Amino acid sequence: MTREQRRKTEGFIALLLCTMAAFFGLFWLVYILGDVLYHGIEALTPSLFMSDPVPPGVEGGGLRNAFVGQILITVFAILIGVPVGVLGGTFLAEYARGRKIARLISVLSDIMVSVPSIVIGTFIYAIMVKPVGHFNGWAGAVALAVIMIPVVLRTTEDMLSLVPWTLREAAFALGAPYYKVIVQIVYRAAATGILTGILLSIARVAGETAPLLFTSFNNSFFSLNMQQSMASLTVTIFQYAMGPYHTWHVQAWAAAFTITLFILILTILGRLIIKWRYR
Amino acid sequence: MSETIGILVNDLNFYYAGNLHAALKKINLTAYKSRVTALIGPSGCGKTTLLRCFNRMHDLYPNNRYEGEILFQNKNILKNGTDLINLRARIGMVFQKPTPFPMSIFDNIAYGLKLKGVTKRLDIAERVERALNHSALWGEVKDKLSTSAYDLSGGQQQRLCIARALATDPEILLFDEPTSALDPTATAHIEELVMKLKQEVTVLIVTHNMQQAARISDFTGFMMLGELIEFGTTDAIFTKPSQKLTNDYITGRFG
Repeated sequence: MTREQRRKTEGFIALLLCTMAAFFGLFWLVYILGDVLYHGIEALTPSLFMSDPVPPGVEGGGLRNAFVGQILITVFAILIGVPVGVLGGTFLAEYARGRKIARLISVLSDIMVSVPSIVIGTFIYAIMVKPVGHFNGWAGAVALAVIMIPVVLRTTEDMLSLVPWTLREAAFALGAPYYKVIVQIVYRAAATGILTGILLSIARVAGETAPLLFTSFNNSFFSLNMQQSMASLTVTIFQYAMGPYHTWHVQAWAAAFTITLFILILTILGRLIIKWRYR
Repeated sequence: MSETIGILVNDLNFYYAGNLHAALKKINLTAYKSRVTALIGPSGCGKTTLLRCFNRMHDLYPNNRYEGEILFQNKNILKNGTDLINLRARIGMVFQKPTPFPMSIFDNIAYGLKLKGVTKRLDIAERVERALNHSALWGEVKDKLSTSAYDLSGGQQQRLCIARALATDPEILLFDEPTSALDPTATAHIEELVMKLKQEVTVLIVTHNMQQAARISDFTGFMMLGELIEFGTTDAIFTKPSQKLTNDYITGRFG
């Protein structure tokens, strides 16, 4: 074989391996999504969203309790996690810029991002469930918020750091105090980036099951009381998919489909915002 | 010719954080009212550093240190306890690259006014128009005041920044190489503008373009290695400099 032939063969093999790996990954992804779509759409009925669970064997019933619980827990997680994350990121990128403490918190958040969510679940269990003696919705919201915070914090920090210093200087030169420079100029310049980070962090926690298993657990009844255990889609999917009844399986598929769709929409929205920003 | 003092620098030394060597050494200089004063000199000579002392821009970064005095309306603005927000509202600055804020053209100009506490919408609208007229931009943007300032060309953005600085009626305007990022036409626009502005404000301009200094300034200071080598009327500096270094620089022997 000449050098040239060998080079071409090697190139071809490399291309082949990469293509095969890509298709292997893509195959499972499409398979899973297709499966969820196929079984999920079939099971989608208005009563899924309108009515609460009925005992096995009884006709009908839905997962209204789980949808409402999921929304409540997620909304409160957002209300706790987003302000803490955004303000913390602001501290790192603006007030503590260049200081050791900023670097330290940055690195710690990077570690926090990759801590298994079940660890966070058990931690919240120890401080918010054990002391009161029962599972509760607040614990679930806090667990999800704790998962969100490092993600939001790091994106905020990165996005703020990307805003050129000359822009801040220009605002300072007009006689603006630092907090106004941050809120009125820097946030505005970094808005789309921060918003994208928030959306992606919501998408990240919306699919979490492990931390909720230890905190809000589950509830077969409709409840708006955050002090008590609360149903959520992910835990319901976990429970129903493991259960022995066909109706449970069908509803679990429907729930899986809804939550996947929700996360998909959030992710696409996040990407679109990035694209729109850098067009 | 009798001149009124706009701002006066007295034995100014300046040290960047953690640096024992002074970035500015014993600077003595006077910028006269209603005159354009240019600072020229090779890269790294300290002309931008000096300019940024006038609105205490160095205070944005920790541990920078001044010695000496800068007298503005009989007050030493380098004194501890000087209200920087107030100072910066009265001494405007235009930067090397245009720095429009991420908002509409109108809001860009109104920003400084709102900081100053102007709240009446009619008032703001009137002063925005006046500032844009002043910076010769009104005709080009009057129909699109609510569009993003980022949609303007580089030269227009720079004139917008000048209008923004003018809107709050500063007494002194600092220009830090305002045309170095612009094409010749836009540069000519800005130069014309600077010469017109001096009727109302005292102008200090840093430029690395000697022809520009010669064209638009009344007084010129030549700086090198953190020292003010020579200061005088632009005419004198460019026709019969007293220092050999000045002569070498303006004849292009180094730089």
